[in-house]
Amino acid sequence: MTGAEILIECLRREGVKVMFGYPGGAVLPIFDKLYDADIKFILTRHEQAAAHAADGYARATGKVGVCIATSGPGATNLTTGIATAYMDSIPLVAITGQVKTFLIGNDAFQEADVTGVTRPITKHNYLVKKTEDLARIIREAFYIASTGRPGPVLIDIPVDVQQKDVEFIWPKEINIRGYKPTLFGHPGQIKKAAKLIAQAKRPIIYAGGGVISAGAHQELKALAEKIRAPVTMTLMGLGGFPGEHELSLGMLGMHGTAYANHAIMEADLIIACGARFDDRVTGRLDAFAPHAKIIHIDIDPASISKNVKVDVPIVGDAKNILGQLIEEIKKLPDTRDWLKTIEQWKRRHPLTYKDKDDGKIKPQYVIEQLYYLTKGEAIIATEVGQNQMWAAQWYRYEYPRTFISSGGLGTMGFGFPASIGAKVGNPDRQVFDIAGDGSIQMNIQELATCVCNKINVKVIILNNGYLGMVRQWQELFYKKRYSHTCLYNPDFVKLAESYGAVGIRVVKKEEVCSALEKALSIDNTVFIDIHIDPEENVFPMVPAGEAINRMIGGMA
Amino acid sequence: MKHIISVLVENKPGVLARIAGLFSARGYNITSLAVSETLDSETSYMTMVVEAEDERVLEQIKKQLNKLIDVITVTDFTKREHVERELILVKVNCSTKDKEKLETVLRKFLGKLIQHKENIAIIEAVGEQEQIKNLLESLKPFGIRELVRTGRLAIAST
Ligand SMILES: Cc1ncc(C[n+]2csc(CCOP(=O)(O)OP(=O)(O)O)c2C)c(N)n1
Ligand SMILES: [Mg+2]
Repeated sequence: MTGAEILIECLRREGVKVMFGYPGGAVLPIFDKLYDADIKFILTRHEQAAAHAADGYARATGKVGVCIATSGPGATNLTTGIATAYMDSIPLVAITGQVKTFLIGNDAFQEADVTGVTRPITKHNYLVKKTEDLARIIREAFYIASTGRPGPVLIDIPVDVQQKDVEFIWPKEINIRGYKPTLFGHPGQIKKAAKLIAQAKRPIIYAGGGVISAGAHQELKALAEKIRAPVTMTLMGLGGFPGEHELSLGMLGMHGTAYANHAIMEADLIIACGARFDDRVTGRLDAFAPHAKIIHIDIDPASISKNVKVDVPIVGDAKNILGQLIEEIKKLPDTRDWLKTIEQWKRRHPLTYKDKDDGKIKPQYVIEQLYYLTKGEAIIATEVGQNQMWAAQWYRYEYPRTFISSGGLGTMGFGFPASIGAKVGNPDRQVFDIAGDGSIQMNIQELATCVCNKINVKVIILNNGYLGMVRQWQELFYKKRYSHTCLYNPDFVKLAESYGAVGIRVVKKEEVCSALEKALSIDNTVFIDIHIDPEENVFPMVPAGEAINRMIGGMA
Repeated sequence: MKHIISVLVENKPGVLARIAGLFSARGYNITSLAVSETLDSETSYMTMVVEAEDERVLEQIKKQLNKLIDVITVTDFTKREHVERELILVKVNCSTKDKEKLETVLRKFLGKLIQHKENIAIIEAVGEQEQIKNLLESLKPFGIRELVRTGRLAIAST
């Protein structure tokens, strides 16, 4: 078989049903085989979107996302998508073409050192020098991408390696001696954790994206209910614990709820699970959770004690460890007083916004209506900025893999292609992209991908005419000097129509619900361009570098 | 504080770049690095001296190294009985009349004269850090023109 045939056969054996990508000279042998392969191929209109779509597919389904691009500019266009997946630990296999092996290093046409460029933004990468190695490398790539702390793996394949004919040998087993992820928690550590939990008076569970990637949401719920501890989630952890649950405190951190931030600051025990104490969560580090002992469950030993000192580290798969822990805990803490205090905080300092009768549309209102209309059952992708934070705050995520957002890298332009990937992976679900008017223009060309492939996603543009989140910082911290944050936008309705999609404009509050309903009834991609109050801000907010209980618009 | 770490890696292209990239991306300091094949031509040892302000940073360095797929094992010699050596080559000024003086110094500090021509002597020395420091100190009066060193190598005692 030729290298290209081997690639297709290996992808088939890895269970790949769909790929996102863009062709070019250095991947022609592969595209020739894709022509009649049993793999659904989605041609995006930009390689960055192919990477984000594969990423969105992976986030929504839990499977490995696959994207492909040609050498040089095709590959460099993938990099933002790869870095996005890397920061959020998303399993992705990116395939790139490379110039012929004997030309490598010669500054050949469309040559770029892609393994060099992507080294710091992949979990691992390969330059395939011999067709004989291809099958093994593809197996390893899928294994590495999807196990341990997941992440993107790139395979760079020179044209002559794709063309050469060799015997196909499917490696029976994978043996990478430098890669052996820990699966179960150390029993001694589990015992120590159980003891700390039994002694705690004010425990809190702090759950991150690791809960979702490990599929540990049921165990998390069981643990929280067993020890009666409140649960707060990071942006990446939303959906890992039901948002409507009485023990849920919603999101914590810079734009978290006041009660979540207060609870973590007052807690005497933090059970961190698949979260990494990111600076957007901890705020000022030396003021973070001063009374708390910390149990940290994580698949990645390097995440533990990186930012904060941990009392009981437990390395391993979150699902296994939570299971072990639930079994080990015999004595339960008494958290009744603690939950009562938190209940008061919740009642006195809920998430709010001021909805005046001035006809202006508040973005929070839009998201709330969307929540009611979809009964919390939709998959919500987001762009980056205020839109992302409102989507995180005002929709209640009941299930894992329903909130899809670029947390670590904060990539504008992610949401729309990611929603395409999510929809391709879940054709029967309603999929939305909650967008900003700035972000949507970063991958707006994907309207063509949607229309051509009948990928029916709904894009809600929270149109404030600004790069709103940056404008908010300028308003609060730069004396309202709005330097280059005002946008001049196209007519999004006409723009959608020009691609063959549907556009709906909403300028009155009364029209919001009917517009959303109408959008849902249309069997096409719809841009819902909602003109919101242009100067609405995201609150509460922890100013950068402050302790996280010192929130603007939070509790005193 | 300085620590010697020995990293057993797959002997593949790009591995050195991965390690160098890790150090520069995360702002770790590396003082010396020696790379060579082991008995098994498929693996290499990278012996490095790293500088870490505290235990936490040292732990992070080891964990991040371990995370690389091509890294097989990481050995930290800080708390392990080991033997270490460094090889240096030094070029010093030395006229014919100074040669005897130089040889006395070398005998005392275990250096070896390996070449002497046109008033330039090339000296080789192998030893622990203290020994090498002392030798270099005693060579200073001659005028050191150039110095190359392998960086420290270490091997566990058992
Ligand atoms: C690719 C990229 N460039 C720049 C930024 C910095 N940035 C963060 S939020 C934001 C504004 C986003 O504007 P918009 O999409 O309209 O969202 P809004 O905040 O108005 O809801 C910018 C420029 C980013 N996150 N990503
Ligand atoms: Mg905007």
